[in-house]
Amino acid sequence: MLLYILKRVLSAISVVIVTLVASFALFFLAPTDPAGVICGPRCTPERLADIEASLDLNEPPINQIGAYMKGIVVGREYSSGGTVRECAAPCLGYSYTLGQPVTKLLGAALPVTISIVLGGAVVYLVVGILTGTIAAQVRGTSLDKLVVGSTLVVQSIPYFVFALLVALYATFLPDSGYHPFTDNPLTWASGLLAAWLCVGLTNAAAYTRYSRASMIEALGQDFVRTASSKGISRRRVVYRHGLRAGLTPVVTIFGIDLAFQLTGAIFTESIFNLPGLGQLTLRAFGQYDLPVLMGGVLIGSVVLVVMNLVVDIAYTFLDPRVRLG
Amino acid sequence: MSDQSIQAPHTVSRVPRTPAANEEAYLEVSDLQVQFPTADGLVRAVQGLSYSVPLRRTLAIVGESGSGKSVSSMAVMGLHDRRVARIAGSIKVGGREIVNMSDKELEGYRGGDAAMIFQDPQSSLHPYFTIGDQIMESYRAHNNVSKRKAKDRAIDMLGRVGIPNPRRRVDQYPHEFSGGMRQRAMIAMALVNDPKLLIADEPTTALDVTVQAQILDLISDLQRDFGSAVVFITHDLGVVAEIADDILVMYAGTAIEHGPVNKILGEPLHPYAWGLLESIPALTGEPQPLHPIPGSPPSLLAVPTGCPFHPRCEFKDRVGGDLCTTLKPDLIPRTGDLGRTSRCHLKEPDKVFETEVLPRLP
Amino acid sequence: MTATTTAKSGVRSVPGAPLLELENVKMHFKTKGDGFFARGTKWVQAVDGVDLTISPGETVGLVGESGCGKSTTARLVTRLLEPTGGQIRYQGVDIAHMNERQLRPYRREIQLIFQDPYSSLNPRHTVGTIVGTALRTHDMVPKSGELKRVQELLEVVGLNPEHYNRYPHEFSGGQRQRIGIARALAARPKIIVADEPVSALDVSIQAQVMNLLESLRKELGIAFVFIAHDLGVVRHFCDRIAVMYLGRVVEEGPRDSLYEKPQHPYTQALLSAVPDIGVVRGVPPKNRIRLVGDVPSPVDPPSGCRFRTRCWKAQDICATEDPALIERAPAQRVACHFAEPPAESILAETA
Repeated sequence: MLLYILKRVLSAISVVIVTLVASFALFFLAPTDPAGVICGPRCTPERLADIEASLDLNEPPINQIGAYMKGIVVGREYSSGGTVRECAAPCLGYSYTLGQPVTKLLGAALPVTISIVLGGAVVYLVVGILTGTIAAQVRGTSLDKLVVGSTLVVQSIPYFVFALLVALYATFLPDSGYHPFTDNPLTWASGLLAAWLCVGLTNAAAYTRYSRASMIEALGQDFVRTASSKGISRRRVVYRHGLRAGLTPVVTIFGIDLAFQLTGAIFTESIFNLPGLGQLTLRAFGQYDLPVLMGGVLIGSVVLVVMNLVVDIAYTFLDPRVRLG
Repeated sequence: MSDQSIQAPHTVSRVPRTPAANEEAYLEVSDLQVQFPTADGLVRAVQGLSYSVPLRRTLAIVGESGSGKSVSSMAVMGLHDRRVARIAGSIKVGGREIVNMSDKELEGYRGGDAAMIFQDPQSSLHPYFTIGDQIMESYRAHNNVSKRKAKDRAIDMLGRVGIPNPRRRVDQYPHEFSGGMRQRAMIAMALVNDPKLLIADEPTTALDVTVQAQILDLISDLQRDFGSAVVFITHDLGVVAEIADDILVMYAGTAIEHGPVNKILGEPLHPYAWGLLESIPALTGEPQPLHPIPGSPPSLLAVPTGCPFHPRCEFKDRVGGDLCTTLKPDLIPRTGDLGRTSRCHLKEPDKVFETEVLPRLP
Repeated sequence: MTATTTAKSGVRSVPGAPLLELENVKMHFKTKGDGFFARGTKWVQAVDGVDLTISPGETVGLVGESGCGKSTTARLVTRLLEPTGGQIRYQGVDIAHMNERQLRPYRREIQLIFQDPYSSLNPRHTVGTIVGTALRTHDMVPKSGELKRVQELLEVVGLNPEHYNRYPHEFSGGQRQRIGIARALAARPKIIVADEPVSALDVSIQAQVMNLLESLRKELGIAFVFIAHDLGVVRHFCDRIAVMYLGRVVEEGPRDSLYEKPQHPYTQALLSAVPDIGVVRGVPPKNRIRLVGDVPSPVDPPSGCRFRTRCWKAQDICATEDPALIERAPAQRVACHFAEPPAESILAETA
């Protein structure tokens, strides 16, 4: 098991490195001019050259990647106009436009996004799995049809429209805004409530459908019939025997969904005015703020490979037939 | 590999069967109807089925797919979803009526008085729970005992069904068991509450022939110890000959022949039973051409009028008029023997069998 | 190299060679090891040294329990698998390691019928397309004559020729198996490998398909490799039968001597375990052999004789020396150090 995890971590690191190199190459091949942006409209050629030199933009891309990677592992130094700035490992560089270390920016944005996504996940898992399980048990009845119909309606509304509707009409909810959990958990929760409901309810539709399909299959299995033949209660048959088997495929989807939501909560963050990862990278994108973008890419690829690993390990606990070496 | 030593010569002898006893029936099914309304129409899966099984006896229900043999036994176990299946008639187990029993009562009945073994032990055991856990759950559903006590009981039952090293095996998962061992565990689970009625639905069909022989021996031995009534569902007449006291042959949801096994297999009186015997290749003697029954079994959405077997019956011309196509025959004694019944209009079926069918049996 | 002649179809042959000959054929599947650099990689010895000869028009049965390698052997004979060892000679020419292009003419002459008539037919194709594709693949008839030939084939297997434009789901299980047979016949094969062709069918339907196969064999002179776990079915259909256990043939012989005087303890146990309707109608056998335990894993088979762990006759020699398949009675070959016919009949004798 440990050996397996080690193997997977090694392969995960190589995936992250390949992603970084590929993104680096893509950004540099694109006809962008980061130095020009930083320099602003009243730029002198001398200042431009100085900026380019300070950002190593004159170096060949391969050296830039090398320096970047080295920065992550041992840290690096930036010299600009005679001053030298120390950037300790893990160094992801300085934002071109904000002048702050990328690690600091990410460190501020990440808790916001994680709060939104995890809180939303609690909502959609509870609502989705419960509704799906109930619908599976009453399959074919009007209640089941109502559930399936509503999920279709919710799923066919574009996400930003749904989020806007919540923001405009759900005025009884507390005002949105991010307050760190460590300051006051209550204000933290109330500021995120609208975002949680929005993420939760839209995804609940999908999870209702996954769980319903998965539970219908599980409840049709021979071992569920065996469980019924033992004389245990119907509830125990459904929630112990059926749900245990029906949930396993949902866990896989959840792991991957979570990874994508962590990197892509842009709409939610913008509409509910939460300074998370999505907002940060979106702004960086508009301003050619390469170090911040690269930081976003790094976080995204790490989250994806980690979630994949977590799903695989979770599987060994859910399904004893899966043995990881 | 087996943990047991091999004795030489390792053989078993057949225990002679007891003659039919006039014991009181433990399971009594009368005029059972099971129907499933579907979008295509009403599926008449079981129509007017009646039979009884006393304690210590084994009834084999034989038939092909769609004959209603499994559907009727699911009804006896109270396993049909009432929103899907319409059940009418009477099923009495130990004097208690099962049809229209409340859900709460059914829970006490299932797994307690009556237990079931299924065809495929691989898919019938929950892959995520240990064998011991699944047996304990069954035991604790009917006995108010501690986990410790239930586990001891599970280990004891695993030992009784011939699983070597039950103390270690009890904590293993089904996938760590071989096919035969899984079926033994399934049997242990079914018998953990000493049920008086055991329903075995094709329990050896998914197993290899040498393992099947082991399991058949085990079921016979355990029945002697537990004294239960056994309903054994199968399509294999060879298995029936080995294990059953009585046999009920089903076709298109109806019983067409019923009686002691040596009579029904030795001298069947229904053309469908003749067709089955003529379809099975023999293990000895010069191979004879098979005489299969023409056509295929009818759809349960449109069971033929009259005798359900008439479209495939080669003897229907021997019956006068259009009796076979219009009137469903009764299940009645056809010869002097009152212990056996069959459902056919043909006159003197015993003579037809003797002179025409017997000579061409494989 | 032996002189070969090449037929118009592209099939080469050595004059006088048997139709099909398996010599020491092995199929070892790799299982992924759990070690770091695939350390601990294991080999599943699914088939481990099978010898078998099939003459034109002959039917050879392969019997054995799950995991004995009979289905893998079927896939080797039809070259759906490439063996890891040994030779598969078709009319004297080794086809064991031919590539797909070289195999093409041989594929036509060796056809396969599957167990499951549900999953082996494409549900989106009509019966006419399914059988017609087989005709076209092997350039059997000109395009203009295709429909006529499809209808002929449907008639041969007992289906209504007018039903060529129906889809597989419109047929019953037995009829679907007939479609599979028609598809195999389209290529005018010399050998049909039938892997459990009737196991999925009801008893009455099973007999219909058996009779069809029997009449095809008689009328078309096709040789069969017939694989089944039902010993009655195999006995009914086959001239010669090979019993397999854990990847090896343990006994092989003509039908009558194998069923009446089996010499390998496993064959005896296997026959003794068959539930036989004869016990009701005739004289039941006095004693029956019951094997203990399960078949060992093909990953790590027992040393010497593979059956010794379940054999009541096993001695020290069985663990050290692998018994060879040698002739013990006319045409009956047995791989056992203590081979002998049973003292009493194993099967019920019909009165």
